[in-house]
Amino acid sequence: MTKTLVWVEHEGGALKDATLSAVTAASKLGEVHLIVAGKGVDGVAAEAAKIAGVGKVHVADDAAFDHALAENVAPLIVDLMGSHDAFVAPATSNGKNIAPRVAALLDVMQISDILSVESEDTFTRPTYAGNAIATVKTKDAKKVITVRGTAFEKAAKEGGSGAVEAVSSTGDKGLSSFVGAEIAKLERPELTSAKIIVSGGRALKDGPTFEELIMPLADKLGAAVGASRAAVDAGYVPNDYQVGQTGKIVAPEVYVAVGISGAIQHLAGMKDSKTIIAINKDEDAPIFQVADIGLVGDLFKVVPELTGKL
Amino acid sequence: MKILVPVKRVIDYNVKPRVKADGTGVDLANVKMSMNPFDEIAVEEAIRLKEKGVATEIVAVSIGVAKAQETLRTSLAMGADRAILVQTDDEVEPLGVAKLLAKIVEEEQPGLVILGKQAIDDDSNQTGQMLAALLGWGQGTFASKVEVAGDTVNVTREVDGGLETVGLKTPAIITTDLRLNEPRYASLPNIMKAKSKPLATKTPADYGVDISPRLETLKVSEPPKRSAGVKVADVDELVAKLKALGVAA
Repeated sequence: MTKTLVWVEHEGGALKDATLSAVTAASKLGEVHLIVAGKGVDGVAAEAAKIAGVGKVHVADDAAFDHALAENVAPLIVDLMGSHDAFVAPATSNGKNIAPRVAALLDVMQISDILSVESEDTFTRPTYAGNAIATVKTKDAKKVITVRGTAFEKAAKEGGSGAVEAVSSTGDKGLSSFVGAEIAKLERPELTSAKIIVSGGRALKDGPTFEELIMPLADKLGAAVGASRAAVDAGYVPNDYQVGQTGKIVAPEVYVAVGISGAIQHLAGMKDSKTIIAINKDEDAPIFQVADIGLVGDLFKVVPELTGKL
Repeated sequence: MKILVPVKRVIDYNVKPRVKADGTGVDLANVKMSMNPFDEIAVEEAIRLKEKGVATEIVAVSIGVAKAQETLRTSLAMGADRAILVQTDDEVEPLGVAKLLAKIVEEEQPGLVILGKQAIDDDSNQTGQMLAALLGWGQGTFASKVEVAGDTVNVTREVDGGLETVGLKTPAIITTDLRLNEPRYASLPNIMKAKSKPLATKTPADYGVDISPRLETLKVSEPPKRSAGVKVADVDELVAKLKALGVAA
């Protein structure tokens, strides 16, 4: 039976939801073990052990693993891969940073951003900004996989009783160090796990206008706020709001695109949303080709009216 | 220091790819091809480091078909000093590319390798990290800012929650994100000049690396189509729809 090691994504002493989708994908391969790496991660390990379906939880508690520097974390995972057949990480910025380093050290090809597990060695994954879905079969003995979070259900956070086991640290490789971080503060739901997203594009004109029109609508709907690349590049909002091929991939129940034309790079990040609503004054905008509900109109009139009527 | 910049020839980012009817792949016949957008940013960053006096020479590398020469000429026209084409008609996976690049790094001894964070055709986002692993170097992925100071390079990275800065000992690997810079256009005189810059052609066999694929593509299909939507006439109708979806009270 395949033994799969899953990377546990955590921040501020709490487990992140992206881990739960990776656990579901890994459970389709066989026995699920977890690796919790970081400094002072007992709480995260305890939380991880409760995830339904989890066997062992390996814990590597060492300052070298703080901030998940790939240079230090990859050798730790490679060590554990001696007794595992597959490494699975959520396709988060940490997962995408670490997993290919692990794959090369194991001399295997990584399978990026999988959408489904077809069998033990066959997976589907998006290519060309989601315009083509490839079914790939790996010949490698050990597998390294990253998982698209929105493509898999989240495993239940309760019900499991994994055994927590400390692993010895592989230490600091001295190649890199953490200098600092600038984390955007969000008072709203997190983009990648939100049920409803309201997203704004270049048509919002500037930062204050974006704030004035999009935020109240999002708050009325209890939604997270996203943006197109054009809105981010124009400086309306920080870049971690960006939805698309180069930003975040989201699949909420409802995605409201306001003043977004619908370039293929943006669609790559949101076209798996259950219901897409588009508000745009250009009735030929490509966004209307994927929208379930479209309203052609001037957003400066329509959005305040909509917010007022909700 | 010398900077090595790997570039890839890919379908132009404005083209909507079409899946072949037989499910063997995406139809690239008669489709406009260009330099991968993230690689343009990598070339631009290398040139800016040269303009600041940090870099002494920029070597562009591409692995692929003979036509990848055009992509290399573009990087030479932007400001790279010379180019290496590892010519092959086979599709080379990120692991194979990383192995070839590792050999070229051994020969060229650059202080930095700057790659794009991902190619917009296979969307793998692997090559830079794999190369860093094979060389045992530090990696600064998804870079939005690069500062070289002595034998360290500080790389500000775009991460899920915002930005993060790491310090790397050089030599090191950097992969570029979209916001690192705005790539320049090659001027006509520079395009002409680029024609006389050196471009060496090699083959994978010259490097003695096994690049046989590890993944077999069984099928390429179109993503599921969304069913046609409806247009509503006014805000009231939209509010009614939102209520029906259960997202508005």
